[in-house]
Amino acid sequence: MQVLKKIGLGIAVMLASLNAFADYAWNFPLPATPMAADTLHVHNKFMTITGIIFVVVLAIMIYAIFAHRKSKNFKPVTDKVPSTAVEIFWTLIPFAILLLIDFVIMGIPAYHSVIMMENTREKANMVIKITGSQWRWQYEYMDGDAQGIKFVSNLATPKEQTDKGFTGVKNEHYLLEVDNRLVLPVGEKVRVLMTATDVLHNWWVPQFGSSRVAVPGFIRETWVQVETPGTYRGQCKELCGKGHGYMPIVVDALPVAEYKLWVAAKKEELAKAAAGADKVWTKEDLIANGKTVYEKNCAVCHQVTGAGLPPAFPALTGSKVANGPIFGADGKYLKDGHLDRVLNGVRVMPAWKAVLNDTEIASVITYERNGLGNAVGDVLQPAQVKAARQ
Amino acid sequence: MSTTTVAHHEEHAEHPSGIMRWLTTTNHKDIGTMYLTFSLIMFLVGGSMILAIRAELFQPGLQLLNPEFFNQLIGVHALIMIFAALMPAATGFANWMIPLQIGAPDMALPRLNNWGFWLLPPSAILLTLPFTLALFGIGDGALATGWTFYPPLSVQGGIGVDFAIFAVHLLGISSVLGSINIIVTLFNMRAPGMTLMKMPMFAWGWLITAFLLVATIPVLAGAVTMLLTDRHFGTHFFDAAGGGDPIMFQHLFWFFGHPEVYILLLPVWGFIPQILETFSRKPMYGYKAQVYSLWAIGALAVVVWAHHFFTAGMPVPALLYFMYSTMAISLPLAVLFFCWIKTMWKGSMSFETPMLFAVGWIILFGIGGLTGLVLADVAADAQYHNSYFVVAHFHYTLFAGGIMGIMAGTYYWLPKMTGHMYSEKLGKLHFWLTAISFNLTFIPQFFLGLAGMPRRIPDYALQFAEFNMISSIAAFVLGFSQLLFVYNIVSCARGGKKATDQVWEGAKGLEWTLSSPPPYHSFTEQPTVK
Repeated sequence: MQVLKKIGLGIAVMLASLNAFADYAWNFPLPATPMAADTLHVHNKFMTITGIIFVVVLAIMIYAIFAHRKSKNFKPVTDKVPSTAVEIFWTLIPFAILLLIDFVIMGIPAYHSVIMMENTREKANMVIKITGSQWRWQYEYMDGDAQGIKFVSNLATPKEQTDKGFTGVKNEHYLLEVDNRLVLPVGEKVRVLMTATDVLHNWWVPQFGSSRVAVPGFIRETWVQVETPGTYRGQCKELCGKGHGYMPIVVDALPVAEYKLWVAAKKEELAKAAAGADKVWTKEDLIANGKTVYEKNCAVCHQVTGAGLPPAFPALTGSKVANGPIFGADGKYLKDGHLDRVLNGVRVMPAWKAVLNDTEIASVITYERNGLGNAVGDVLQPAQVKAARQ
Repeated sequence: MSTTTVAHHEEHAEHPSGIMRWLTTTNHKDIGTMYLTFSLIMFLVGGSMILAIRAELFQPGLQLLNPEFFNQLIGVHALIMIFAALMPAATGFANWMIPLQIGAPDMALPRLNNWGFWLLPPSAILLTLPFTLALFGIGDGALATGWTFYPPLSVQGGIGVDFAIFAVHLLGISSVLGSINIIVTLFNMRAPGMTLMKMPMFAWGWLITAFLLVATIPVLAGAVTMLLTDRHFGTHFFDAAGGGDPIMFQHLFWFFGHPEVYILLLPVWGFIPQILETFSRKPMYGYKAQVYSLWAIGALAVVVWAHHFFTAGMPVPALLYFMYSTMAISLPLAVLFFCWIKTMWKGSMSFETPMLFAVGWIILFGIGGLTGLVLADVAADAQYHNSYFVVAHFHYTLFAGGIMGIMAGTYYWLPKMTGHMYSEKLGKLHFWLTAISFNLTFIPQFFLGLAGMPRRIPDYALQFAEFNMISSIAAFVLGFSQLLFVYNIVSCARGGKKATDQVWEGAKGLEWTLSSPPPYHSFTEQPTVK
């Protein structure tokens, strides 16, 4: 084993010296969790083993290629036409070598890794729920001090940078930056519940070593225990439609004391937003707020101008829904009306009732009816949305 | 293997000429030629799609393609390369070579054979038509879910998904018909004296492929039909809201999809040893061991499917089972690699183009196989899965292991098929350009995957820029090198130095006892094998 380690180290040093860029990645990024550390260890070990097999076999082949040539007048040996016992003996050698590698040298550590990876509940101190939707992540804290904290995390890279033909300077963390980061306490084992609202997604932060598919209608679980404070970035890695490349993940791992401060601040912020639902808003404020909400959540499909991308994503400018009535004569919102569409979705259009709060829904609807080339003139108050939910 | 009587009847039976010859032909060589030509054309079509993608990925930011169109190209590229390039190429060789290798006058079911081929062009049209329709404002383009059709995304998708479902149905029917034909031919039409354990290795590879196709294609057809009814007839097979399960589709799909990998590779594992023995001037080592290994791989192929979606979540015992059974595939493969290299060992080797491709194939397919072994590890797979590491891995198995194998076979048999020698100089140039640019395309993708770049994204973060640039440049070299291949084939078909009957000094087997090109009806008098 010592020899193997030395060879492995040699290869690693060789690769590292090839490395012209200081922080260039030739391997998994620096692990931040026990699971990622284990994965990196297993990966390095297996890569070394397979690397050695490859080099040895290649060397034998290359020797034969140079030595046993017709141009060197090498006469072919006449294998004694299959003397079965010898043939069986020889072919069993590679079989036996692989048997040992597969089920002992690689198989045993692999077994322990699987058990560790799937042990989501033992000693878990807190639970968070991650919901994937096209094309954003929603985080919810399920227990402890942070219980009830719930927010949506969207791509924060300015749209002009991701647009076709942009030639300017891109942000440092282009495509890997979000508006609301997930915050986790350092050192705590966090059980992660995973689900989705529309199609499959996969929450993947390479430095965490865990990745699990979010399946609509089902709960999947994994766990994360970040050991060093810092900011960690990742992406969705299950093809989920046209915005697949645009739903990043950013996690801030804070020491427990700082995490507690963040929890308190976040709770206050959310309480303020909820209070906003009870006050009466002016049309201007709603439209201004709605523009932000729209561009963050709706413009991917319906476009910033409201022109949409027909036929998959209809235009809002001049659309029947956005210009039609919201409420019926009985005071309840109309089926297939504007509010119904936003709350409950239809086909490809997601349901927003679990993602946006009352103020956001009221603002965005007011904006869509009075901006984007529409001029219905009416106003939807957050209180009306709150009532409609009941 | 030696033959006692060989018939060289240069009689030309009546057959129509011009287009009607090709439409109505039941001749195994004509049909084989059509399969191979179709495959070559679709290889270029699928290749140009991926060049558009590599051009887009040349640098960060969106330059050429919309994300929607990008998603369509990746899925259709894969479907075309798998179903319309690689599979028809293997079937083309089977049609051409199996009757010649086993001393039969033709395939057992010639009309079925014709139908099997003529299902292919319509399905290729079905796959690509939505691109054209979208230009006229009908629908929103082709299938945008990747080639795997995963619901609920595929339930959400536009008419491109329906087109792809019907294309897969037609391709599936074609494959099953071809497989039935090969099974019947191999069991009934071998020359007297050719027992099963004397069959050429290519015939063995194809026999197992044919059984795998017959066993798994119906499952795929069922899965995509369930998808179709989910889309249009209100069923909920894959919708949790109605009691279904999206992951169920993945089980059904990969029950077909994993054997599919071996379906593509087994014919190649069949003829590569034949090429190796020809150019090593020494019989292949361990014939029996190879045959048993092929069977073992065929059997394991249908019981390991879930390793394609470890991250979708499954019980621990299932994870362990699928991990260990996947690793077990390396056992028969190790035996195969050993036999291939032992065939070369102490031979008298010469390196004409087919041998270059065969040797390069062993090395590169070896990388594909070894990375497959580490991918079987559940914990590490959480990192590899759906990253560029996987993309690089399966291109080492399917481009190097599949397509470069097919190229070896093409150069090996082309003189037999056309009666002319191809240009050895261009062939060697083609090999070196392909091998080098292939590695330069895909080695960077291993590192991209390790660094955390997911596959199927149209735009990427800045830290992935350098490797993507190298990969894109090499991909273009790789793509344009294939024009040499096309040129070499076309000019060889049109003329050139006459090929001898045996073509290669060390070639053994019934196909080399016929004239080059063989008579329209091969073996009018049955040879016997001792």
